[in-house]
Amino acid sequence: MTKHIRSLNTQLSRRQVMTSAAGLTFAIALGADSRARAAAPASARSGKALSPWVSIAEDGTITLMSPATEMGQGSMTSLPLIIAEELDADWQKVRITPAPPNAAIYGNPAFGGLMMYTAGSNAVTAYFRPLRTFGAQVRRVFLNNAARHWGVPVDELTTEPSVVVHAKSGRRLSYGEIAAFAEIPAEPPAIKPEDLKKPAQFRLISKDVMRTELPSKVNGSATYSIDVQVPGMLYGAVLRAPVEGSAPHRIDDAKAKAVAGVTSIVRLPHGVGVIAETPWAAFMAREELTRSVTWTRTGTAWGFDSDRGLEDFAVEAKNLQGRAAEWSRQGDARGEFSKAASIVEAEYRCDYAYHAQMEPLNAVAAVSPAGDAVEIWAGTQSQTTATETPAKFLDIPREKVKLHDLLMGGGFGRRGNRDLDFIMDAVMLSKEVGRPVKVIWTREDDVHNGRFRPISAHYLRAGLDASGKMTAWHHRVAVDRIGPYYEPVLYQRNGGRDNVAMLGGEPRGYDVPHQLVEHVYRDTGVRTNPLRGISFLANKFATETFIDEIAGKRGIDPLAFRLALLKNTPRAYKAVERVAQMAEWGRKRDGRALGLAYIDYSGSQVAGVAEVSLDRTSGQVKLHNFWCTIDCGIAVQPDNVVAQTESSIVYGIGVALSERISIKNGLVEQSNFYDYRVPRMNEVPPMHIEVIQTDNHPTGAGQMATPLVAPAISNAVMQLAGVRLRHTPFTPERVKKALA
Amino acid sequence: MSTNFTVNSKAASTDAPPATPLLWVIREGLKLTGTKFGCGTGLCGACMVHIDGKRAYACQTQVSDIGGKSITTIEGLSADSSHPVQKAWLAERVPQCGYCQSGQIMSAADLLKQNPKPTREQIIEHMSTNICRCGTYQRIVRAVERAVREA
Repeated sequence: MTKHIRSLNTQLSRRQVMTSAAGLTFAIALGADSRARAAAPASARSGKALSPWVSIAEDGTITLMSPATEMGQGSMTSLPLIIAEELDADWQKVRITPAPPNAAIYGNPAFGGLMMYTAGSNAVTAYFRPLRTFGAQVRRVFLNNAARHWGVPVDELTTEPSVVVHAKSGRRLSYGEIAAFAEIPAEPPAIKPEDLKKPAQFRLISKDVMRTELPSKVNGSATYSIDVQVPGMLYGAVLRAPVEGSAPHRIDDAKAKAVAGVTSIVRLPHGVGVIAETPWAAFMAREELTRSVTWTRTGTAWGFDSDRGLEDFAVEAKNLQGRAAEWSRQGDARGEFSKAASIVEAEYRCDYAYHAQMEPLNAVAAVSPAGDAVEIWAGTQSQTTATETPAKFLDIPREKVKLHDLLMGGGFGRRGNRDLDFIMDAVMLSKEVGRPVKVIWTREDDVHNGRFRPISAHYLRAGLDASGKMTAWHHRVAVDRIGPYYEPVLYQRNGGRDNVAMLGGEPRGYDVPHQLVEHVYRDTGVRTNPLRGISFLANKFATETFIDEIAGKRGIDPLAFRLALLKNTPRAYKAVERVAQMAEWGRKRDGRALGLAYIDYSGSQVAGVAEVSLDRTSGQVKLHNFWCTIDCGIAVQPDNVVAQTESSIVYGIGVALSERISIKNGLVEQSNFYDYRVPRMNEVPPMHIEVIQTDNHPTGAGQMATPLVAPAISNAVMQLAGVRLRHTPFTPERVKKALA
Repeated sequence: MSTNFTVNSKAASTDAPPATPLLWVIREGLKLTGTKFGCGTGLCGACMVHIDGKRAYACQTQVSDIGGKSITTIEGLSADSSHPVQKAWLAERVPQCGYCQSGQIMSAADLLKQNPKPTREQIIEHMSTNICRCGTYQRIVRAVERAVREA
């Protein structure tokens, strides 16, 4: 017997008990406030469509829903684990299943609960409290049922993993046994914050469990969308327009059609599609098309040159009379500058960078012959967008989109754009041919049609008083727009503020009384997206390098300078102090030097020290060690925090030293891993990571260290060679130029 | 025209044109999808398999090269994830997104077959053929060292 309750949602009828297969299902809408209730579909209110978070079968198997998608960051384990903790579930009996696309229930609270979207390293932060409360409610229902069953007061009962225990009589009932007879209250039990476990009582949180999907990742059985085959499936490849907004002009498809195995060539609004019986035939035909398709000159980016463009950005950033929007303000920075005894200024620049997730973008779509439904297999960061966008294109209700969200072979921000270019290729081609189609992008497609971390130019100035104290901070960021391009819906919801381009421009954590950050909005027409480290990547390169420059101007050691400015932010102070100890900050080393950086990244406190040497002939920077501390509050899975931090550092090394996308005449110049160089094992130094465990509410861990790397390296090179690297990546040519 | 070869100790054949990369025959024809497509140019190692006992890029091996050859994919490395490298990979919690890991494991297994006691430097040199964008390199080194100890 299955009993569904809709307890938290008081809009629902008082008691909804439905019987079906064995087991007990609790369907409690997360954060079921008025907004969630309003968003719940009408069918849910009549008691049919609200999906459960957890179900418990009579054999004790506990199935938990995972609202976040999995791209290697571990949320598929850590979010259900939070429910399991307060439920006091036996983790061995837990099964995890991806939650269906229903934002009213599973929406990420960090995005207002309006979409299921795994981004910004905020899943644990945002879901932590509601999932705990929910787990505790289910546990309470079990306790109440056991008390009634035994006729004992509920406060005599305790739980062990998946078992209710009456210590006085020595009686025990497993959750599975209780599921067989449980009565479900009309209203969920009230859980007060003090009813939740104290950190010392955690059995799962702050311990390390095996990530649920890990065993499948050592024997080839893990399934990504690129692995999916469905009956009757054809293969697709798409030659996409080289510039956003451009369309095919003339298509001479004779040679492409002549490739054995090709069944059709399809004109798309944004490119030319090939349908074939094998992926290889599709790729061969796509290659033929590169020589026989011409493009309209529509689209803003035609003619754009990123080197020249960045020069223009730099002029705009520095032009204090030029147009800029106030991004954030504290105190009266402008006024303070006029009073300052001295002013320090600096400029920095960042190039475009590419996500380079290892799984080239792909998706499988099967549009029904009548065009009134579609089934999609894809790796996406947003289950909501991945159903809304195809539904809009096909002009069908969202419920007619059946999404299988699969493991992602890396995401890093690339799979969250509203238009879902890689999914829509498959949807459009399937619609055209009336059969399921798997579209696979080649690596070259993936690079040429990348959605890059934007170029940016930064002008900073700091005002110091007569005693040398920093009183005013001014940061002007000229940056290619991201929000309105990649996610216009979210951008509007954010009030037209380009958060993913601008967050992190302030010297957060440091004691600087007057601060002003300004946004010089630019739109080059180049495709952009958030990329790991998001806007912190560029903005913290600028701010943390600048902090060192100010220290240098004042002749103060960069560590001492930071610690003095952090004395009122103890968690920050500790992260910096500890990383310096780990690196033996004061110890001189032959031919090497250390550089430091600190970031408050959405509440997570991270600090890093890079140890570098330089090959002055080649201009190559070599990293010898990287030390890092991270205080992300309660570390739900500490070893995974370490793993994510290692991963973040490696990603940061690439963006700091070698990864660069350049645009000439609107076209991406790079193609594959030979000219877009990501770090390999022999370029990665030993990484020494310490998780500083605190009882603070958990904050993110998935990308926080990435933005530490470039400023730490620039600061180390300054200590070593007395030259300042101001433009990422620090390619050998740029380093040589700086040394000359 | 059919090409006959062996995959994971089983007879296999393909009618794919001779220039077709082995990768697509394995993945889409034989449905052994643990071997991954990453770059198509022999630069990332996600497609690494063993051919006649030595590692090879499946994306750079054509059907015309494989007649009579014996191919091992990740699915054939062991029946139950019991190869020392696989066990070490789990013990060190190596994978993140996991997409490159079949190729990493096949590269590591190849190294240990050639050189059962590699130095750290030899491990790094050998494994630098394989890109891991999640940056699991430090754990890969630890896992290879563990596999050496526990093999």
